[in-house]
Amino acid sequence: MTVISPKTASASRSAGIPALLKTAFVNALIALVLFSLMVGIRTEAGSDGQLTYWTRFGDVAALVAAVFGGSIVIELLRQWIGPAGTEKLIPPAVQTGMSFIGRYLAPALLIFTLLVPVIFYDQRYILDLAILVLTYVMLGWGLNVVVGLAGLLDLGYVAFYAVGAYSYALLATNFGWSFWVCLPLAGILAAFWGVLLGFPVLRLRGDYLAIVTLAFGEIIRLVIINWQELTGGPNGVSSIPRPSFFGIPLDNSDSGLAARLGIEYSPTHRIVFLFYLILALALLTNWVTIRLRRLPIGRAWEALREDEVACRALGINTTTTKLTAFATGAMFGGFAGAFFATRQGFISPESFTFQESALVLAIVVLGGMGSQLGVALAALAMIGGFELFRSLETYRMLVFGMAMVLIMIWRPRGLIGHRAPTVYLTKAQAISSDLVKEGHG
Amino acid sequence: MDYFAQQLINGLVLGSIYGLIAIGYTMVYGIVGMINFAHGDVFMIGGFIALITFLLLISTGLTAIPVILLIVLLVSMAITALYGWTIERIAYRPLRHSFRLAPMLSAIGMSFVLTNYSQVAQGARVKPIPPVITGGYTLHESADGFVIQLSNIQIIVVVTTIVLLAIFTWLVSRTRLGRDMRACEQDQTMAALLGVDVDRTISMTFVIGAALAAVAGLMYLLYYGLVDFFMGFVAGIKAFTAAVLGGIGSLPGAMLGGLAIGLIETFWSAYFSVEYKDVAAFSILIVVLIFMPTGLLGRPEVEKV
Repeated sequence: MTVISPKTASASRSAGIPALLKTAFVNALIALVLFSLMVGIRTEAGSDGQLTYWTRFGDVAALVAAVFGGSIVIELLRQWIGPAGTEKLIPPAVQTGMSFIGRYLAPALLIFTLLVPVIFYDQRYILDLAILVLTYVMLGWGLNVVVGLAGLLDLGYVAFYAVGAYSYALLATNFGWSFWVCLPLAGILAAFWGVLLGFPVLRLRGDYLAIVTLAFGEIIRLVIINWQELTGGPNGVSSIPRPSFFGIPLDNSDSGLAARLGIEYSPTHRIVFLFYLILALALLTNWVTIRLRRLPIGRAWEALREDEVACRALGINTTTTKLTAFATGAMFGGFAGAFFATRQGFISPESFTFQESALVLAIVVLGGMGSQLGVALAALAMIGGFELFRSLETYRMLVFGMAMVLIMIWRPRGLIGHRAPTVYLTKAQAISSDLVKEGHG
Repeated sequence: MDYFAQQLINGLVLGSIYGLIAIGYTMVYGIVGMINFAHGDVFMIGGFIALITFLLLISTGLTAIPVILLIVLLVSMAITALYGWTIERIAYRPLRHSFRLAPMLSAIGMSFVLTNYSQVAQGARVKPIPPVITGGYTLHESADGFVIQLSNIQIIVVVTTIVLLAIFTWLVSRTRLGRDMRACEQDQTMAALLGVDVDRTISMTFVIGAALAAVAGLMYLLYYGLVDFFMGFVAGIKAFTAAVLGGIGSLPGAMLGGLAIGLIETFWSAYFSVEYKDVAAFSILIVVLIFMPTGLLGRPEVEKV
């Protein structure tokens, strides 16, 4: 069902200067009304609870001028370049070059990642950032199973991350169990919650599913906040044990790893260990995903993503297919959560808000759903990019939201790449999923 | 019994506010088939604009409260409606024929933009106003001194809701615009071929939804006496729950669902625990979708291949 509106198609093509100015003027006028009160009048509650306000007309004028200028620029660009498309934006020659590089990019990136602690050994900040990026790479790859492969929009992924983190934190602080015992348990518990969530939502269509998973994520967060006896409520769980090197603690003591190896102790050892730990977990996620994709279950996921109704007609059990996708994705979320808890040493409900879910989802979508390399690059770009805005704390989420909207408009299927189904009966180009009409599965 | 009656009144008032927001979800879902994730934030923007307009009018020395409230209502409806229109133009129209996750994600992005825009523009702190409408009626006083109160503001919220619901039901069922909307809901291609301006109709849907959300924002401001930049998120999910509960796409259903959610939330707070009231509301969403995927007044959906 493609309705091509003739108005929008022709209007953007041949507009003269007067029409251009008129559009810009109208846009500026709309901006004036929109910003007049929200930006122009700043309210603040005084100490006595009385509201005061002051005006900021200069800011409104600047914003309106920016909209006026911006719409002229955008309109001109649209006339010169035409509708944005990959062919026009990136010449074919460059594209072939890029896909050539793409083949070697993944191994090169992996080798570089393995060497990061060697290269940046003295730079604690970079190592910490690298661990953070790898955590998000792992979360992205985990969510990719649900969203990218099975096509189920999950807005509550952070719930499983929270389940994993709290499982480890509570088991370790209450029973003193080691990280290596708790890690699989955290994954199993998260997978269990994934199945629990999966059951009610099996019959739901895409959008409903999204809202229910969102509600589920909020329920988990609210329970964590309010169940004070178990979770410590808003205060969180602190003094979570650090991971050991398979039973050998990474500390200053005589029984520590440094003493046993006969080398001088340095706090960086633990950072490096954490780095390789999350790298191993992320690579495990990646390896399992790639293996599963070739198995019947992975193909069923991809078939489900492309067309649920056809899937059912072919006798694929959509119930188990969805449940396994949820459980697998949740399990990796749980692993990542356990790692998060041991890295931080402290967790609280604040780390598991909807924003976090949206960030991971944005990484998956930006990377191109289903593409493993794309997700890794997107995590690098998003978390690294977020770091750049560190000084502009209040504007970070504003920019993030705008980026999400713009990326969707520009490349709905992801910026970096998108993976076509693994198997085709005919040539892959014949029915790229871009061209297939979406079933309302 | 008296306590129950008082909670019933409180629940109905809260439910009216949810119902007003839910109408925006239900209309947009009916026509475009997408969840306008940013709708809760439109409600929040409406509340802010009402607050600012109110503050400006008070500072001009105007004292007639009914006049002030009428102006506040009209201004916040108008500006919020323009917000709704702009959001549709920027974030949803370019994606109307894109694959189905795209508008959803763009709406989530838009929700972040609106939340953080008002945080940047108005600050993160809660904005209180002094009580504007005071007084009320004592309906019943029991022997042990428990009083059932019906305050004037509660009456205003419920009456405004009923009047607006009547106006918009008339708009959708009797006018040219309403006919166009129902035609687009059935089949956009066919409606376009028969001379319905689909783009304009969809824009108008967003405008009406946003205007009603603005009314809800004003009612929230008057009832609770405060607004803050984060109130759209939870209110949005609850209103969406109301829309689903009532049967998405149905206007009376949205109102009914709103009342149901308001009552459930109020009774849960009153008899069980205040802390878990949101958990109760969200759990209902999940339970409803398991047992009644089409809601109370919804039509069964035909699966299109």
